[in-house]
Amino acid sequence: MTTTDTTLLTTIHEKLKTQFGDAIISAEQHYDFPVFVVSREKAHDILQFLKENADTQFQFLTTMCTLHFPDNEGQEFGIMYQLHNMPKNWRIRIKTFFSKNDTSIPTVTDLFPTANWMERQEYDFFGIQFKGHPDLRRILNMDEMNYHPMRKEYALEDDTRTDKNDKMFGR
Amino acid sequence: MSKIHIAEKPDGHEGAGFFATSLDKAVGLARKNSIWPLPFATSCCGIEFMALMASHYDLGRFGSERLSFSPRQADLLMVMGTIAKKMAPVLRQVYEQMAEPKWVLSMGACASSGGIFDTYSVLQGIDKVIPVDVYVPGCPPRPEQVIDGIMQIQNMVGNESLRRRNSPEYAHLLAKYGM
Repeated sequence: MTTTDTTLLTTIHEKLKTQFGDAIISAEQHYDFPVFVVSREKAHDILQFLKENADTQFQFLTTMCTLHFPDNEGQEFGIMYQLHNMPKNWRIRIKTFFSKNDTSIPTVTDLFPTANWMERQEYDFFGIQFKGHPDLRRILNMDEMNYHPMRKEYALEDDTRTDKNDKMFGR
Repeated sequence: MSKIHIAEKPDGHEGAGFFATSLDKAVGLARKNSIWPLPFATSCCGIEFMALMASHYDLGRFGSERLSFSPRQADLLMVMGTIAKKMAPVLRQVYEQMAEPKWVLSMGACASSGGIFDTYSVLQGIDKVIPVDVYVPGCPPRPEQVIDGIMQIQNMVGNESLRRRNSPEYAHLLAKYGM
């Protein structure tokens, strides 16, 4: 394991700070990943800036996923975007957190067409509402499913199972 | 010395130039030695089944040489692998499209009970949607175990009364599944 190089973190952080100021809540180096926590309202603009700015050129959305921390009062849900700058092989993460009472966030499908299916998946499993998504419906689970199964309030196990012996599970 | 194995004749009366037995037994003999499976293979058990069909284990010895992924002319639905809840209506439709008489073999832990996939997306046993005749335990079962299951099915097929599919008990069984 080489020593972590934080030059990328500071470069990107300075750029974002001058452009967006207080919308950048924190910037940390997690192992070899610069991670920026930003405000939800500005998340779309920040991603647009990172994509279109000639110095950053993060034009590829590698992946995105939802975070759910039920114990974080008022910040239960979050979205993580992982961006990749292909010419320079830079990778960064953008995170944004929001309350479970208002799980809507502007879509980024206008920037990254690949976000269409990713956002459908996040809606499917967590019930995040992406404002402006062209076709927000379930993608993996059954259409009749009436809950969002990856939220932590739902049990991991299937409740239709009748043959379970709790002794085998240390319960 | 030839190694060709010929099915044993059923009980009956024989004399010079004739052999008399009940229609049940004659039909059962024919059916049990020509079971045509419909493999519904969704995961690893399907790979095990491919080994079963290949030369080493050779299910063709039991008269099951003809596989097809179609409900036409199929007698035995072999469900092999995890059935997701999203797949359940498809499985049920395939079962309903098969002509009577039909049998079902559930191979492996996933098809029989959901197996290790105790989650929101997996059907916890195919007997929630279709009636099952034989369960083969294991994860995955060895081909020998599946051969044993097939032979159990053969026994059921050979001894089944011709009237069973018209009986009120059978209608009641299907009614439990809403068919």
